[in-house]
Amino acid sequence: MASFFEMGGYAGYVWPAYAVTAVVMGALLVASLRTLRNREAELRVLQQARPERPRRRQTPAAGNAEAAGDA
Amino acid sequence: MHRFANPARFLRLAAVVMPWTAGATVLLIAAGLFFGLVASPADYQQGDTVRIMYVHVPSAWMGLFVYTTMAVASATALIWKHPLADLVAKSAAPIGAGFTLVCLVTGALWGKPMWGTWWAWDARLTSMLILFFLYLGHMALVDAFDDPTRGARAAAILALAGFVNVPIIKFSVDWWNTLHQPASVVKMGGPAIDPSMLAPLLLMGVGFTTFFVTVLFLRVRAEILAAKIRAIRLTQVRGQGVG
Repeated sequence: MASFFEMGGYAGYVWPAYAVTAVVMGALLVASLRTLRNREAELRVLQQARPERPRRRQTPAAGNAEAAGDA
Repeated sequence: MHRFANPARFLRLAAVVMPWTAGATVLLIAAGLFFGLVASPADYQQGDTVRIMYVHVPSAWMGLFVYTTMAVASATALIWKHPLADLVAKSAAPIGAGFTLVCLVTGALWGKPMWGTWWAWDARLTSMLILFFLYLGHMALVDAFDDPTRGARAAAILALAGFVNVPIIKFSVDWWNTLHQPASVVKMGGPAIDPSMLAPLLLMGVGFTTFFVTVLFLRVRAEILAAKIRAIRLTQVRGQGVG
């Protein structure tokens, strides 16, 4: 097990490479999810403040897709 | 293609596709990590540094693939005024920038022990750095105007002009003398790489692609919501102005 972490003496290069990859991909995912949640919350507030929506029949379908995505 | 121009239809499609691409991402990257770090041998010349390849090469592929996606979306937006294409290009740019950054940093971490240097101003490395700057330029330009459609238009033109860099990156190792090794997977006569190393490389490559699709759909959804919020705000302002 110890030899696995040593990476044949190259631990100082191999592990940082994997760490950088994980950090960047993780940050992309978290930031994207956070933006989406914030916008969903903002839209909910706006739509509640103005219940009579002068929108066409597109709205229920979009609403369903968002609800499905939340699950 | 105009079937998917409708945001409501796109949102429904995304809700169906995303759980599958997210699940596939987890499985593919887990398998790729196992084969890359545990079940594959060290290289007879490079030792264990060869394992850096399993994150370096797929992220380089993604840097090019995401840019190509962005260029196609930009062309679609400019030519057909496709309402979702601008949102796709805008959403793809930060993901491509992330992958290109990973490629550059892991490349430096591989170059130091194997070439004896973190960085060299040669054709492959420099053209990859330019790709990173193109992504950053796109991200800055798309938000540089008060009117989002003007920003999208300027960014689309940048994305198309910058596409010339993609074949330059791909063929840089053939056209110029460079420290970087030539292609060993996508080449005439099949891959020049052992199956035990090709397997983790391809697993990670496909896993990074499904990751890109998942995060892209998340971001496009957020952009559609932002457009809706803008539209509602606009009608509110107008309503107050008239009343």
